[in-house]
Amino acid sequence: MKIHRALRMERCIGCHSCSLACARLVYKSVSWDRAGIRIRSTGGVSSGFQAILCLACDPAPCAAACPTGAMVQRKSGGGVLLKKSLCIQCGKCAAACPVDAIALDVAGNPSVCVHCGQCVAYCPHDCLELVEADQTTAAPCLESCHVER
Amino acid sequence: MSSDNDLFRVLIYDLERQRGDLVLIPGRRRFIGGSGLAALLYEKYGLPGAAPFDPGQPLIFAIGPATGYFPLMSKTVCGFKSPYNSNYAESHAGGRSALALRFAGYDALVVTGKAAQLSTLVVGSRRIELINVHYLAGADVFTTGKLLRKIASGASGHRSILRIGPAGENGSSYACINVDTYRHFGRLGAGAVMGAKNLKGIVLMGDSDLPLPDDKGYAKLFKDIHEKVTSSGMMEKYHNLGTPANVLPLNELKSLPWRNLAATSDPDADKISGEAFAEKLLMHNAACSGCPVGCIHVGMVREMFSTSHRFAIHQVAYDHEPNFAAGPMLGVVDPVEVLAINDMCDRQGLDIISAGVALAWAVEATEKGLISEKETEVKLTFGDAAAFKRAMWLIGHKANEFYALLGQGTMAAAAHYGGGDYACVLGQEMAGYATGETYFASQTVAFRHSHLDTGAYSYDQKHKEQDVDAVVKFLVDDERERVLLTCLVACLFAREVYKPQTMVDIMACLGHTELAANLDTAAENARRARWRLKIATGFDPMATHIPKRFSEVTTWKGPVDAVYMEALRQGYARAVAELGAPVAAHEA
Repeated sequence: MKIHRALRMERCIGCHSCSLACARLVYKSVSWDRAGIRIRSTGGVSSGFQAILCLACDPAPCAAACPTGAMVQRKSGGGVLLKKSLCIQCGKCAAACPVDAIALDVAGNPSVCVHCGQCVAYCPHDCLELVEADQTTAAPCLESCHVER
Repeated sequence: MSSDNDLFRVLIYDLERQRGDLVLIPGRRRFIGGSGLAALLYEKYGLPGAAPFDPGQPLIFAIGPATGYFPLMSKTVCGFKSPYNSNYAESHAGGRSALALRFAGYDALVVTGKAAQLSTLVVGSRRIELINVHYLAGADVFTTGKLLRKIASGASGHRSILRIGPAGENGSSYACINVDTYRHFGRLGAGAVMGAKNLKGIVLMGDSDLPLPDDKGYAKLFKDIHEKVTSSGMMEKYHNLGTPANVLPLNELKSLPWRNLAATSDPDADKISGEAFAEKLLMHNAACSGCPVGCIHVGMVREMFSTSHRFAIHQVAYDHEPNFAAGPMLGVVDPVEVLAINDMCDRQGLDIISAGVALAWAVEATEKGLISEKETEVKLTFGDAAAFKRAMWLIGHKANEFYALLGQGTMAAAAHYGGGDYACVLGQEMAGYATGETYFASQTVAFRHSHLDTGAYSYDQKHKEQDVDAVVKFLVDDERERVLLTCLVACLFAREVYKPQTMVDIMACLGHTELAANLDTAAENARRARWRLKIATGFDPMATHIPKRFSEVTTWKGPVDAVYMEALRQGYARAVAELGAPVAAHEA
């Protein structure tokens, strides 16, 4: 099982190409918000950029908080899956996420990274990568301490 | 964008009433967006005969039909009546402004009236609010940005913060609007118009989402264009060294202005080359939202402020034009000092090209004894960066009568003190290309007086022969193509990617089939509309003037031919007068 990691965010130029690609290709939307990966600065554009995306927690607090079974843990630690037909737009998944990785649209529909990697190809600086979920290199701390392989 | 694809969705906000009106305005098929939309909105809401600072004048921000939908459609056009020359004017900026306006749900924002107190306007998809920020009076651009992030909280990472510094509040004719720290609505004084409206900031929150275009080919078209931009090498020059890559070639061609255009080349050029900046000072690149190129080059100034090794760090964005204005034009050849002068200018909210060129004139006027420290407060000498930093502050703060005049433009100061012959003003203070007759004549007459109005600077570098008709034809044709780009509103760096057929494909993909079939006609309509507005607000192309200094220049082609240059000016001016002729009643 692969999971999505923002491994080299110190290279990020803030172009939003990844989140716009996710919105376009995964959420069928043109948006900054309706996307599974969102880029924000850490205090103005001179302070660098951070990727807000699902860290594939296992167990996942968002799945545990979902009252209808719409947000479920994927097997093999590959993040969560959202069954749209079961979602009542209560927003508990977003509230439970410790890193604000789930965005809610106006109607309360969640957007979360599904670890499909479609955004990866649109990053001009190779900041993003799909990695094996069971590898130690999958740690989220790699955003700032990756080693070239 | 409205569901009826001829309609523009525009927010008109009246600062006096503290009310917004959301209006749907027809005209997409004739005006496209961006430059065309700004002209349409000025036609509708502008006061051509009133002063630039009349509260009734609109300050317009317009984006294009492809903004948010395709890469490098990342610019916003600001339309306003310029306090610099009283003409209808445009300025363009990127950052996050274009996408933020798109995702806030508007094709344009028009701000009218004057706020009772210094204020910040917040516009999102479900939020319109005017916040009293009287306590920010006099705050510099960067402090204002930092505080507005807290004052107008929300949509972090997905908002654009437009703000002015002291220069805008003090009405300098070349006060700019800073966008997201590193970009600017520069030149011609949009920042002063904002200041006259008591508007310290505008926060655009891009917090909604839009449906995908219906066209099944959208994803593929996007991917094809994205690949062209990122893989073809077309954009290499913009993201590698950036525009400062021009310095050595321009210097080699005797086309780089030095010390108020006393020379066009200098052995010290290698000290301030694009290579030198990249090797010594470049910290990182940044991008406008929706653009994978990342042409914004950010350099570092490390300033020791105490002998016990205490340092202040300044991150300063650089490009060829700001580097020229704070560098060779002022005789400064230390890249750190070039950035430090830029940084001080930026904090004041001044346009660096205008301010740098104005100070270059002030140095020469000092040398010739027209002014002295009595006026300038600091002794201005070519190469003295510390004096220029101080002078930037003095212009921004309108410190005395001299700096008040210099803040209205070099010609305003020259009208009082003399020295107009060596004022490097081509409609406005020149940019960093002393390439020859075509460029000097073109910039003098052209719409924004910008080096990007046409490719004249490039034409000069390739053509030695003298042919007025050929040049005028080139300028007129080239402008039409560029106006199409600025209607969309594409970054002009993308002009090799967005060729006419690609733009037609984009319009068709977005559902604007009728516009796609008549794109050239619409671009021509927009071009003529904005020329008509410029002329209606007092611009006489035939009355433009090229100061004597420009005929004393030597380029790779040899000494400038003043007679030929004047013929070019007149030829282009006649073409522009024709483009901007009033519409006959039967055509209207």
